[in-house]
Amino acid sequence: MEQLFAWLSDALADNTVFNFNTLTFYGRGLVNTVQLVFLSLVIGLVLAVPLSIARGSKHKWIKLPIFFYTYVFRGTPLLVQLYMIYYGVVFIDGIQDTWLWYFLKEPFYPALAAFTLNTAAYTTEIFHGAIKATAKGEIEAARAYGMSHRLMMRRIIIPSAFRRALPAYGNEVIFMLHASAIASVVTIMDLTGAARFVYARYYAPFDAFLFVAAIYLCLTFAILYLFRYLEKRLLAHLRPVS
Amino acid sequence: MADTPLPLEVRNLTKRFGDNEVLKGLSLQAHQGDVISMIGASGSGKSTFLRCMNLLEQPNEGELIVHGESVRFKETRHGREPADWQQVVRMRAKLSMVFQSFNLWAHMTLLENVIEAPIHVLKQPRKEAIEQGRALLDRVGLLERADYYPAQMSGGQQQRGAIARALAMDPEVMLFDEPTSALDPELVGDVLKVMRDLAKEGRTMIVVTHEMAFAKDVSSQVIYLHQGLVEEAGPPAEVLGNPSSERLKQFLAPKH
Amino acid sequence: MIDLHGYGPRLLEGALVTIELGVLSLILAIILGLLTASAKMSRNRLLHGIGTLYTTIIRGVPDLVLMLLLFYGGQIGINQVTDLLYYQFDIDIFININAFVAGVVTIGLIFGAYMGETFRGAFLAVDNGQIEAARAYGMTERLMLRRIRFPLMMRHALPGLSNNWMVMLKTTALVSIIGLVDMVRVAEEAAKATHEPFTFMVPVAIIYLLIASVSEWFFSRLQKRYNVGFGEAE
Repeated sequence: MEQLFAWLSDALADNTVFNFNTLTFYGRGLVNTVQLVFLSLVIGLVLAVPLSIARGSKHKWIKLPIFFYTYVFRGTPLLVQLYMIYYGVVFIDGIQDTWLWYFLKEPFYPALAAFTLNTAAYTTEIFHGAIKATAKGEIEAARAYGMSHRLMMRRIIIPSAFRRALPAYGNEVIFMLHASAIASVVTIMDLTGAARFVYARYYAPFDAFLFVAAIYLCLTFAILYLFRYLEKRLLAHLRPVS
Repeated sequence: MADTPLPLEVRNLTKRFGDNEVLKGLSLQAHQGDVISMIGASGSGKSTFLRCMNLLEQPNEGELIVHGESVRFKETRHGREPADWQQVVRMRAKLSMVFQSFNLWAHMTLLENVIEAPIHVLKQPRKEAIEQGRALLDRVGLLERADYYPAQMSGGQQQRGAIARALAMDPEVMLFDEPTSALDPELVGDVLKVMRDLAKEGRTMIVVTHEMAFAKDVSSQVIYLHQGLVEEAGPPAEVLGNPSSERLKQFLAPKH
Repeated sequence: MIDLHGYGPRLLEGALVTIELGVLSLILAIILGLLTASAKMSRNRLLHGIGTLYTTIIRGVPDLVLMLLLFYGGQIGINQVTDLLYYQFDIDIFININAFVAGVVTIGLIFGAYMGETFRGAFLAVDNGQIEAARAYGMTERLMLRRIRFPLMMRHALPGLSNNWMVMLKTTALVSIIGLVDMVRVAEEAAKATHEPFTFMVPVAIIYLLIASVSEWFFSRLQKRYNVGFGEAE
């Protein structure tokens, strides 16, 4: 470990931009980005599962509000949603005197809320589409064997639909990682925030942004391979026997 | 007769897909007014042979002479290719092909399909092309379908339309690639009737087919291919009526 | 009526900037997309490699990072080139990267990669028999592209194209971060000045939804046009 540090400081000795200090910035940025994206994806996923089932409900008072929610959140820029939540909370009269302010004064939480609501909307539609696309024959078979609607949903439709939704959800995860770059706009020191800081300090746009682009590229490929692996495991039944 | 060049002549044509030699030196002479039927089991190379004639497949060796003009080839990194694509384009315009799966252009109406190549390839005036196109559609019994799209017609109608499209080029030779194989049995008759009429009026045709009755009644020559070689060739009465090879006898035997 | 505190006209101007930006970027993206698709389908290994590298990198990096890189880096890059011209050849030019141009170029460049994938898939989806028929009837590659390949390809490309446009429209909001005054920027300034974020952000959101609805209608009309002759069996 010490050798590594020694090697690192040697390697960086002549480098004006990438010194130990800026690398820590990027490191902290990486942690913030991963935290923000991971948390919003997990919470968004938990929200999206029941929402996607309810989205296909027969009752229009259940179905329509969810449709409205996904329509608005998928039809407007995430940046606008972020501004709305970030400024919307900050400017509420008297909020700064309540205990809530303890959380809300950190930009992390409004950003987390905006990202979560956004990804939940997209994920709901992805799952809803997959549920709708379930083969009619499979549903009829389940009915023929006397399954109730509930049981059929739980045992047949959902397990099959969620697996088929995997590729589209993988894209959503990558989309979220990339979209999270706007967190830097509300002063969060995520990866992009770190790059903007380094750029401003050293006036070195190529070093600052190319480096962070490379990190994002690596993260993207990591996600891509993770999902390819998951697809291989979980979607094996859809592959033709060769 | 010697001074008019043959519409189509093929000499010693070979074709390989990778290591697999599918045509092993085939020759063919089509005289004006000939109807040549090519028969053989699937995999015998008959369709590939036909597709080599207008260079939809590139032959590895051999000569291709269209109306006295020999197609020039050159060797490239990707194998043997025509040296002059302009020449190929010119030559293809003289040989029109009718496909097994019709291949009418899906985004054009039937009439638009028929006039497309005459206008854009042969540079025929639009008005003239439309007039001629309508006459041809009338001939194949589809004038009232002129403004229909291919997807709105039955397979038999599409194939007759495709024949009208081929005729609109006023080709030297018409190439038919199993024109009735994709059709429902009750639709085959209409298409064959159009083809019989064409033969009667002296069109030069090369037909890859499974319709033995057609081959027998209409052709001037029948070629039986087996594994990329001509096993028997000659007038239909000889080849189909009195086959000498055991394989052809088996091929012609009624199937159950 | 809601009180926009006099920001109304500026908000509308901003909306116009958003639309202009979107449409110009779309045109650039379509041109780049067609070029990329043909590069990736080409037999030339170098062109194929360039196409693949372009689509892979662009799709692996956040839009905002690319935008910052091109906007800030682009200016320095151009300065270096103009400096070189000045010192070496005594040619004195000064090019200032305008935020609008930077926005159009970046967004066009980003979505050119996505369009490239859309067009490539669409070209490959065209039934091979249709192409063979064109070849068999003596069409040159150029004529075939214009009369057969392109119109048939568009049918497959339109859903993806429409989808890319919807995403792109939302991406234009990012230009407010590099200082271009689109409607998001106006709304943000107004929100900060008046402490009434919803008064400005909600109308902006509604305008986005409106543009999206109009585009949806437009694309469905286009789709109908290119669907002519498909799936209309009696």
